[in-house]
Amino acid sequence: MIKVKINGQEQSWDGDPDLPLLWFLRDEAGLTGTKFGCGQALCGACTVIIDKEAVRSCITSINDVAGREVTTIEGLHPNGDHPVQKAWRQVNVPQCGFCQAGQIMQAAALLMDNPKPSHEQIREAMSGNICRCGCYQRIENAVHLASTGV
Amino acid sequence: MNFIDNPGKLRGFEKNIRVEKVSRRSILKGLGVTGGFVLAAPVMSRQAFAYETGAGKMPHGVVVDPRVFVAVAPDGTVTILAHRAEMGTGVRTSLPLIVAEEMEADWSRVKVEQAHGDEVKFGNQDTDGSRSTRHYLIPMRQIGASARTMLEQAAAKRWGVPATEVKAVNHEVVHSASGRKLGFGELAADAAKESVPSIEGLKLKDPKDFRYLGKGQIGIVDLHDITTGKAGYGADVRLPGMKYAVIARPPVTGGKLVSFDPDAALKVPGVEKVMQVRGWPWPSKFQPLGGVAVIARNTGAAIKGRDALKLTWDDGANGKYDSVAYRKELEEASRKPGLVVRQEGDADAALKGADKVVVGEYYLPHLAHVSMEPPVAVADVKGDKAEIWAPVQSPGGTREDVAKTLGIPEGNVTVNVTLLGGGFGRKSKCDFALEAALLSKELGVPVKVQWTREDDVRHDFLHTVSVERIEAGLDKSGKVIAWRHRSVAPSIASTFAAGAKHEAPFELGMGLVDMPFEITNISCENPEAAAFTRIGWFRSVSNIPRAFAVQSMVGEIAHATGRDQKETLLALIGSPRIVKPAVKDMWNYGEPFDSYPIDTARLRKVVELVAEKGEWGRQVPKGHGLGIAVHRSFVSYIATIVEVAVDEKGKLTVPRVDTAIDCGTYVNPERIASQIEGAAIMGLSLAKYGEITFKDGKVEQKNFDDFQVLRMDESPVVTNVYIVPPGPDTPPSGVGEPGVPPFAPALMNAIFAATGKRIRSLPLGKQLEA
Repeated sequence: MIKVKINGQEQSWDGDPDLPLLWFLRDEAGLTGTKFGCGQALCGACTVIIDKEAVRSCITSINDVAGREVTTIEGLHPNGDHPVQKAWRQVNVPQCGFCQAGQIMQAAALLMDNPKPSHEQIREAMSGNICRCGCYQRIENAVHLASTGV
Repeated sequence: MNFIDNPGKLRGFEKNIRVEKVSRRSILKGLGVTGGFVLAAPVMSRQAFAYETGAGKMPHGVVVDPRVFVAVAPDGTVTILAHRAEMGTGVRTSLPLIVAEEMEADWSRVKVEQAHGDEVKFGNQDTDGSRSTRHYLIPMRQIGASARTMLEQAAAKRWGVPATEVKAVNHEVVHSASGRKLGFGELAADAAKESVPSIEGLKLKDPKDFRYLGKGQIGIVDLHDITTGKAGYGADVRLPGMKYAVIARPPVTGGKLVSFDPDAALKVPGVEKVMQVRGWPWPSKFQPLGGVAVIARNTGAAIKGRDALKLTWDDGANGKYDSVAYRKELEEASRKPGLVVRQEGDADAALKGADKVVVGEYYLPHLAHVSMEPPVAVADVKGDKAEIWAPVQSPGGTREDVAKTLGIPEGNVTVNVTLLGGGFGRKSKCDFALEAALLSKELGVPVKVQWTREDDVRHDFLHTVSVERIEAGLDKSGKVIAWRHRSVAPSIASTFAAGAKHEAPFELGMGLVDMPFEITNISCENPEAAAFTRIGWFRSVSNIPRAFAVQSMVGEIAHATGRDQKETLLALIGSPRIVKPAVKDMWNYGEPFDSYPIDTARLRKVVELVAEKGEWGRQVPKGHGLGIAVHRSFVSYIATIVEVAVDEKGKLTVPRVDTAIDCGTYVNPERIASQIEGAAIMGLSLAKYGEITFKDGKVEQKNFDDFQVLRMDESPVVTNVYIVPPGPDTPPSGVGEPGVPPFAPALMNAIFAATGKRIRSLPLGKQLEA
């Protein structure tokens, strides 16, 4: 039996220990905010935060996170008012929105590590997250806004 | 509502764009619609307006019945149906906003509900072709005006005053003479008893009184849910007892399963069943390819099970498809005469007599859509009834195809439209929903079919592959006197009918026969090209290769004559006039030419606007270059300037993009800006990386590692968007697609300015490093 804390709640799993965390979150725990985009850690749509670090849940097995704390988009802030989420709304970032949970989690992790990133640092840190609609300019602006107070 | 604190900090942002901070949905949560507004009147015909659109000619036409689209609850909540699919353009907000504007509803008390697929009830629901605002600005205004008039009539009766003395203002009806007011909620029951006014008698608002239309201060209705992970996409649907499926499909289009061994797959923990899925021979429109499905308790197990399958395929006739060899065929075809699809003057003779002939042969490979949400659908089929939940651009078409595929009446099929995690034309084809329906029927439980990214890349309905060859004949003064353009590309028609070898009128009309230059001798030709895979609509469709070719050729002519790109472009466009190509039954994006002519004054205007705002001709550092391109598509006019920087190693960066768009009367300039910003990214993405290749009939790419799309660190640093203010009664035109086509040629013209290298073959790849 694998035990893992997700958004502050203890969850357990006694199935395949190699099951990617993404599919545990989405299909077993019903936390569908974390998205499937590529399955190979190439697009970042599945990004969650594990112990303050942004992680691609599609290539992280449930076994790898046993005993650790996982935060998904649903758990980032109780009212959805994390500075990054607020900035995202102020700048009207999303188009289709599908990649945005992953983008937001990546940005939140970035700001934990570096509260005042430069534009260049933002562009570098966010480059693992693909947005096919092409919201990059606004993502960059929103991360900057979140880092300067929103 | 609030303003961005310091817009100067936000690069590339139009100052003073207002942004909405508070979610509509959070305010409205818990306010269900009960009772209220049930309007009673016959379905109305469309009003003769200042202009006509092609909306009535779409399948099932237009419905402007307010009873279908609007409900007012006793608590005042106004519910407005969105009958078009949201895939990122903002249409799920924009269309209901038009209704709210015209009916004087307060947007903070409006709830948007998504319509299911039912075109008899709602009219055409195809969210494609950049048509939604263009076709629905008038009908949505009429629906709103009808609802407003009925609320006003109800209030006038209540007070015993003439209806002319009352006026709806911001969610209430006011009798200014007596100072009396009644809220929409208080009037809902009475308004429901009023007859629907005739369209002819409707009084529409004066645009100067608009609160929302054209302003851009309203955020999309799903904004809060998207940022908190609550927004519901196709993949997010979960039903009790639902099983998860992934499918192994024939690797070659038209291939068949010979045999399969399920044993190893069945040993994977969580896998419950392995079964064959019915496939249809190619071409068969959007019918499934068939293959072997692995059914499991979660998607991860299904994927792992599929990896363990042992499969043998018969590749069939397309097993020889090879992109390198096919490109040579296309190039050879482009060098010989083909079916003439537009002829004015005598291009052959003029080319022979020309002082100089500039020749360009431009190649654009297959492209995959790769929307961030791979295809996915949930189906629950029980007996002769089917319910589907899917991210589909065409819920009406999906309903028809599900009914046909299962052999049940269309009325027994319900198609619920989720949010689309991107679409770009891929989700106009409902093969994934049909797969889910077939599996659910066999299993007797709800089934979710999830495509992996590999499935998406390998089994897409790809953008076609094309060679566009242009020969421009110049006289001694450098004036272009002859233009021959041969376009060779497999047609989308090949997905519907075997053996289609010529492009369809709607493809020819995307930048080939509608070419707007003022040239005396023109020949447009379409040599034959066969298809060997599934070809489909990709955002902007044939406009991408056409604009790439035509606008690159403008740059080549500028170079050949030693003139400025912009001046060469304006000289080719010529005098302000309405272009009427000598083409029988020319396709104009389905629109009447009277409302949507090819107007070179508007084409010139966007060139001049972008040149002014984008500072054309400005000094740029060494290694930098500017390029310009303009293109009319989806009846909008759009011009782009790209600045590139190329370092000594050939590394490309894009410091700045400027784009001007004339899309006529518009609803939400803020979403127009977002579409154009995104189009620059997609344009750069396809120009730099976009290429699907085939070897032995199989797609050689599989995921974002070998089919790359643009990432943030290489995206344009700033994209500025300028919107041409519409004249009175200028018909609305497309926004979702027109931004893409001019980008690649503007980029290549800029690269030429920076390096002297002319790129005629996309993608750019490592060509600058050579």
